[in-house]
Amino acid sequence: MALLDLKGVSLGFAGNRVLQDVNFAVNAGAIASLIGPNGAGKTSLFNCITGFYRPQQGSIVFDGAETLRMKPFQVTRAGIARTFQNVRLFRQMSVLENVMSGQHCRSSAGAISAVLGLPSQRREEARIADVAGECLSFVGIDRSEWDRDATTLAYGHQRRVEIARALATQPKLLLLDEPAAGLTKSEKAELVTLITRIRDERRIAVLLIEHDTGLVMSISERVSVLDHGVMIAEGSAKEIQSNPKVIEAYLGSEDAEAALAL
Amino acid sequence: MALEPGSPGPQSVEARPSAWGGLNALLDTPAKRWTAIVVLLAAMAAVPLLPFDSIPYVTVILTNALLFSIMALGLNIVVGYAGLLDLGYAAFFAVGAYTIGILTTTFGWNFWAAIPVAVCAAVIAGLIIGGPTLRLRSDYLAIVTLGFGEIVRIVARNLHITGGASGIIGIEQPWLFGWHIARPPDFYYVFLVLAIIGIVVSVRLSRSRLGRAWLYVRHDEDAAEAMGIDRVRVKLAAYVIGAIYGAVGGAFFAVNFTAISPQSFSFQQSTLFLMAVILGGMGKIPGVILGAFVVVLGPELLRDLGSFRYLVFAVGLLLVMLLRPSGIWPAGGKR
Repeated sequence: MALLDLKGVSLGFAGNRVLQDVNFAVNAGAIASLIGPNGAGKTSLFNCITGFYRPQQGSIVFDGAETLRMKPFQVTRAGIARTFQNVRLFRQMSVLENVMSGQHCRSSAGAISAVLGLPSQRREEARIADVAGECLSFVGIDRSEWDRDATTLAYGHQRRVEIARALATQPKLLLLDEPAAGLTKSEKAELVTLITRIRDERRIAVLLIEHDTGLVMSISERVSVLDHGVMIAEGSAKEIQSNPKVIEAYLGSEDAEAALAL
Repeated sequence: MALEPGSPGPQSVEARPSAWGGLNALLDTPAKRWTAIVVLLAAMAAVPLLPFDSIPYVTVILTNALLFSIMALGLNIVVGYAGLLDLGYAAFFAVGAYTIGILTTTFGWNFWAAIPVAVCAAVIAGLIIGGPTLRLRSDYLAIVTLGFGEIVRIVARNLHITGGASGIIGIEQPWLFGWHIARPPDFYYVFLVLAIIGIVVSVRLSRSRLGRAWLYVRHDEDAAEAMGIDRVRVKLAAYVIGAIYGAVGGAFFAVNFTAISPQSFSFQQSTLFLMAVILGGMGKIPGVILGAFVVVLGPELLRDLGSFRYLVFAVGLLLVMLLRPSGIWPAGGKR
C-alpha cells in the first residue's frame, strides 16, 4: 500500500479550478518528483497534502489515516514534513533554535514544568537539542555555525538548515518545494547526494517539486507531471522524457528551456 | 581588494557599535552579570532603610515601579514573545483586584486563599477572550482586547457587588506568618519579591520549548505550523500566562491601596503598561523593566515642571521612539 495516496483531489478558489481530480501516490521509501510548467498547481498540491489548503473534493490518506480534515500541525505530527519554495527560516534566532522547532511536535513539556525546571523538562530540552544537532550534522552544517543568526548564513546553507529543520520533525515523508532553486552547480550535486542519503540512511520517502529537470531525472524513481491542475502523465524518468503530452505541455508554456532539457 | 587580516569579515554579526557598547563590554561574562544583579538587588533592598526617606516618598514610588515591572513582564509575554497586541491588559489587572476586593470584604475570605481564585478568574477570562479571537489572524485581537478592557471597567462601575463608581474600600491588608504587611516598606519588599519571581518565571519560559514556540509563531506562523506547532494553543498559553501576571499584580495592588475603583483600570492604564513594554524593548526582560521604571519615574522626576511635565515626558517618549524604534535596551544579545 502506498504511504501517501491522493484520490480525486479537486481544489478551487473563487471559481478558478486549481486542481482537478488529481490521483497521485508515493510509496514508502521512494524518491518521487512532481514537475510541470509554472502555475500548474504543484505548490497548491503540496499545500493540500500538508493541510494548508482544504480541497473541496477527494481523499488524502497518509500512513493509513485520512489527513484531508487535519490542520497543518496535525499533518506534521502524522509524519509529513516540508520545506518552502522561498526559504522561510525564523529570523533573529540561531541555526540550532531554528532546527529545534522541528522537535516541538515530538516533545510535551508545558509552562509549569518549564517554570519549575523539572528534571523531565531538562532531559527533554537536552534531547531536543541533541536531535536538532544530529540533523544539522546530517545535512552538513558545521557546529561553528549553529549559534549564528540563521538568516545570516549563505543561501545554500539556509536551504540545508531548512531541510534539517524538516528532518527534526522525524517524518516518514519529506516534501521539498524547489530545493535546488538558486543553488550553484556544485551545491546541486551535493543536494542530490543529500536527498539520496535521506532516503537510504533515514528511510524517509522524498517527494520534490523541481524545475531543474536534469536533477529530477537523475534521482527520481517516479515522476508525475501536472499541467493546469490536471495530472497528465506519471511514470519512470525515461517514460516521462519520451511522453509527447509532457513535451507538448512544456512547449506550450514559457518553460521552453525545461522542455529542451527533456 | 583583499580584506586585511584581523578586520571583521562581512559575515561577522557581533559587535554593533552603540551607546550601550560599554555596558555590554562591562557585563561580558556570567560572573560579571551575576555581580551586577546582586549589587542591583542589594541596592533595591536597601532603599526603604535610607534615613532621608521618612515620608516615605521614594519607597512608595519605587513600589509602584515594581508593580509596573510585574505588569510589563506579563504583557511582554503576550506582546513581546507571542507578538499579540493586547490593548486591554488592565482588564486582567482589574479581574485580580476586584476578585480580591470582593472575596475579602463581602465574603470575609483570607487574602492568601483568595489569590488562587483571582488567578483562576483571570485564566477563565483569558480563555473566554482568547479562545475565539486567537484563531483569527492579524490584529483582530487588538480590537477585541480594547473592547474587553472597556467592558470590564464599565461592568465594574455598574454592578452592585463591585461597589459601582466608588469601588470597594476597606480591603484588609494581609498577614504572612505573623508579619502584618501594612506599611509602605512592607509592600515594597512584597513587590520586590514578586518582581523577582516574575523575572525568574519569564526567563525560564523564554528558554523553554514553549518560549521558543512563541518566537516561531511570532516570526512566521505558517512555517511554525509546518513544524508541527499548534499556533492557537501556543498563543492561548501566552495570553493566559499574561493574564495570570496581570491578576497577581492586581491582587497585590488591591491590598496595597486598600481601595479600588473603576478609574484604576482605565484604557490609559492599559496604554501605560503597553508603553513600558514597547519603550524598554519588546521581548527583552531587562528592557521591559527599564521601561516600567521610566514610565513610573519619568513623570515623578519632572514634577517640578508642574502641569508641563506630561508634555515634556511625551516629547521625551517620542524622541526615544524616533531614535531607538526597537526600545531603549540594546537589540540582540540576551532575550
